[in-house]
Amino acid sequence: MGHFAQSARALVRLAGLLLLALAASPAAAQADAPPVVAAASDLQVALVEIAAAFTGETGRSVRLVTGSSGNFSRQIRQGAPFQLFLSADEDYVRDLARDGFTRGEGALYAVGRVAIVVPGGSPLVADGTLDDLKAALADGRLVKFAIANPEHAPYGRRAEEVLRHRGLWDAIRPKLVIGENVSQAAQFAASGNAQGGIVAYSLALAPQLAVRSTFALIPEDWHSPLRQRMVLLRNAGPVAEAFYDYLRTPAARAILARNGFAVPGEGG
Amino acid sequence: MDWTALELSLRLGVFTVAVLLPVGIALGRVLAYRDFPGKSLAEAAVALPLVLPPTVFGYYLLVAFGAASPLGQFWQAAFGRPLVFTFEGLLLASIVFNLPFAIQPMQRGFEAIPPEVRAAAGCCGMSPWQALLKVELPLAWPGILTAMVLTFAHTLGEFGIVLMVGGSIPGETRTVAVAIYDRVQAFDDASANAMSALLLAISLAVIALTFAFSRRVGRRLG
Repeated sequence: MGHFAQSARALVRLAGLLLLALAASPAAAQADAPPVVAAASDLQVALVEIAAAFTGETGRSVRLVTGSSGNFSRQIRQGAPFQLFLSADEDYVRDLARDGFTRGEGALYAVGRVAIVVPGGSPLVADGTLDDLKAALADGRLVKFAIANPEHAPYGRRAEEVLRHRGLWDAIRPKLVIGENVSQAAQFAASGNAQGGIVAYSLALAPQLAVRSTFALIPEDWHSPLRQRMVLLRNAGPVAEAFYDYLRTPAARAILARNGFAVPGEGG
Repeated sequence: MDWTALELSLRLGVFTVAVLLPVGIALGRVLAYRDFPGKSLAEAAVALPLVLPPTVFGYYLLVAFGAASPLGQFWQAAFGRPLVFTFEGLLLASIVFNLPFAIQPMQRGFEAIPPEVRAAAGCCGMSPWQALLKVELPLAWPGILTAMVLTFAHTLGEFGIVLMVGGSIPGETRTVAVAIYDRVQAFDDASANAMSALLLAISLAVIALTFAFSRRVGRRLG
């Protein structure tokens, strides 16, 4: 039993360590933890840049979470502790505002575009008119095509609208691979696992994507506009408020513009 | 490499093990020695997380812990923050989905003790507590250790439930497994590679150590 006694002592020591760890648990440090900002995945690159600039200027930081706007909207309703929500679509923000989850109606911060992305070595051509996509569907070059989930990702819904506009939706449906959000759809397409995809222009411009794929913008009147609205949530603290204000400064707007967003005029 | 996520995963694993160690010993022992009506159902309930899709579990937990649920509202009123999408909520989920990994090996450990040995302990005048501490726990030790290691390793690896009730918040609910998913979507293959390799190495090392250890203990006690 000597061995057990040894193990038991080790266990007691472990328990002691655990108590120490518990004492230093995150709940205690919660109050001054940086606020969590939930952002549409098309902001994956631009927002990291803006957050870094914000930290450089104010010395304060935010925690970024990216995903599909529809998922975030649902999580906010379930009580997610986000303080600022940057949606890829203004409908989600308006619905949340109507149901009392936000502070006001927020502000329009960008207008997004969609692009067709084609990985290197794909039999497709990056053609913004989608004529080549249509031909590829007819001659069997196309095996898999990536879009975000139209059910809860605004870019997925715009991809569907574009494909419907060209009359390709029914033919392409069996070939679609659906990303959980637009970033995953872009990953499917740029990795070469699909022959192409319709994703956010801002992601097509991302350096990690640009090295392995080509893209072409799709005319913006082929889909309803991607008016991207942000809003402070009810529990927003001062850092989240400062970041919200920072997003409307010329510096932040310049970063958005460089990353493929149209930036609305003052007061938009 | 996302060190915050790694630290969070390790902390979640340690806390889960710490809670499930006494719970597992108590429940594992009851299931091993007692017969009661509905025992099969109780054992089935404990095993449920093994077969239930993580999404089903995640969905029910979301409903049970959510802002609209009684538990969620009580938590919000008591602690001033929600239960879902927080570390505490994740810990609660982790405890529930690790029940089979903690209880089953412990139950097997207690079952493996010959009834004569336990009867002898009673004959010697040991109280139930003395018998537990001096006879049963030392003999069931390999099972208990296996349970702790499996629970820890499984916590590091759980993905679906964490994503559903956690929401991938850095330093709060973004575990290593979720961070890998996140990095892949962000086209950050270097980080995804590093974290995947590390998780693979940790998992293999932890499980190999247990096997080696329980073999040694088995020889000594056997």
